[in-house]
Amino acid sequence: MRDLAKRFGATTALAGMTWAARRGQVTAVLGPNGAGKTTTIECAEGLQRPDSGEVRVLGADPWQAGPDHRAAVGVMLQDGGLPNASTPVRLLRHLAAFHQSPADVDALVERLGIDAFSGTTVRRLSGGQKQRVALAAALVGRPEVAFLDEPTAGLDPHARLDAWELLRETRDTGCAVIVTTHSFEEAERLADHIVIVDRGRVATQGSLAELTGERSLEKIYFSLTREATR
Amino acid sequence: MSTASTGTEPDNHAAPARQRVLAQTRFETGTLLRNGEQLLVAIVLPAMALVGLALSHSPSLGPGRRIDLAVPGVLALAVISTAFTGQAISTAFDRRYGVLRLLGVSPLGRNGLLVAKALAVLTIELLQFLVIGGLGLALGWHPEWIGLFAAGLMTLVGTWTFVALALLLAGTLRAEGVLALANLIWVLLLGLGGVIVPPSQMPAGLSRIAALLPSGALGNGLRAAFIDGRLAAVPLLVLVVWGAVATVLASRTFRWSD
Repeated sequence: MRDLAKRFGATTALAGMTWAARRGQVTAVLGPNGAGKTTTIECAEGLQRPDSGEVRVLGADPWQAGPDHRAAVGVMLQDGGLPNASTPVRLLRHLAAFHQSPADVDALVERLGIDAFSGTTVRRLSGGQKQRVALAAALVGRPEVAFLDEPTAGLDPHARLDAWELLRETRDTGCAVIVTTHSFEEAERLADHIVIVDRGRVATQGSLAELTGERSLEKIYFSLTREATR
Repeated sequence: MSTASTGTEPDNHAAPARQRVLAQTRFETGTLLRNGEQLLVAIVLPAMALVGLALSHSPSLGPGRRIDLAVPGVLALAVISTAFTGQAISTAFDRRYGVLRLLGVSPLGRNGLLVAKALAVLTIELLQFLVIGGLGLALGWHPEWIGLFAAGLMTLVGTWTFVALALLLAGTLRAEGVLALANLIWVLLLGLGGVIVPPSQMPAGLSRIAALLPSGALGNGLRAAFIDGRLAAVPLLVLVVWGAVATVLASRTFRWSD
């Protein structure tokens, strides 16, 4: 994406956002609340249309892309987007039916420990359980690009490790995995490429080694981002 | 002929459009049928209303056999339950929880979702018509079968109108507001909207208003179809006008995210 700008009324969400993610890499978009992470990702998913600038995902403009493009792009929204009345496995099988050759739902369910609560309706799941179902929903189409908005928020440490491992495996299939996070630990441990954003712009980007050198990611982060106002 | 997969190319194409839409239709229908409150409003309450009307002498439904007057009105009520109240509430909560956005970026897409919702509503209505119609026949209903085509057309147009009205609410108000309002409107239309009690049997002032409401028009249209076997032009026109206005307003105001 190049020079992305987006305003909501008087608020500037994006002010010239430029970065790229590669296949076979995990790209972490790291930044404080209100830095424009979600807006950026939503522009790339085709949920928002930028006021100016250009987004290309797999060579296409996501705002106008057709079903085959959407089939190749996995999405995990920050607020989940899961229908409340369904049970996790029924929902995942249903989403798999949108794809010509989806992932193995049973294997995905087992990998993420969803089988432990497969009979519970989404409404009654805990936050962490919902996160796992939403992550599975994003990966069920075997995407070439996966946009995951805070995929491990609310997960306990074990579930987080499981999710990271699954994301690494997904990356190793050649998928471009893009996660937003405000966790340095997540960025350090998971990301091949880190994009630090602040106030709608990229503050810096590069691999962990390129960014940090002698200093810690945490120090770099605080020196580049101001504390959010909310 | 069988073709072995070469297994090298990543093949993550979307399933064909028909399969996507039918999958979503099944999913939506299944969700509605699993929802107790929804079943209550869609099938149990209309069926109870029909039995109640058949066994009582008031309110007056007008001249003619009582059961023949009652069944078309209850069918109209069933359409309003599913197409309006049910869709308004489920779409409002889907919007609140981001479901509309997630399905919008899935291979299904927004248009696929709209078609699937329409098909799900029609599927449920078919079920309602079988249950209520069957119950009516058991209670001695003698429909004018020649009016079946007119009734089908009236139901389709009525469904379009009420779904458009539902989306007008669901796409603009908060989910809790939609829940309260959609139920309130259902009760008001049931009591005063000319659905079950024909507008002609209401006090003079109310009667004219009710006939111009989509509820009264659908009730009158189905009564004309099943009692006289004819396609009633005025109710059809009333529904089309409401449907067109609601569609234009809904397509301008509908917000996919909360």
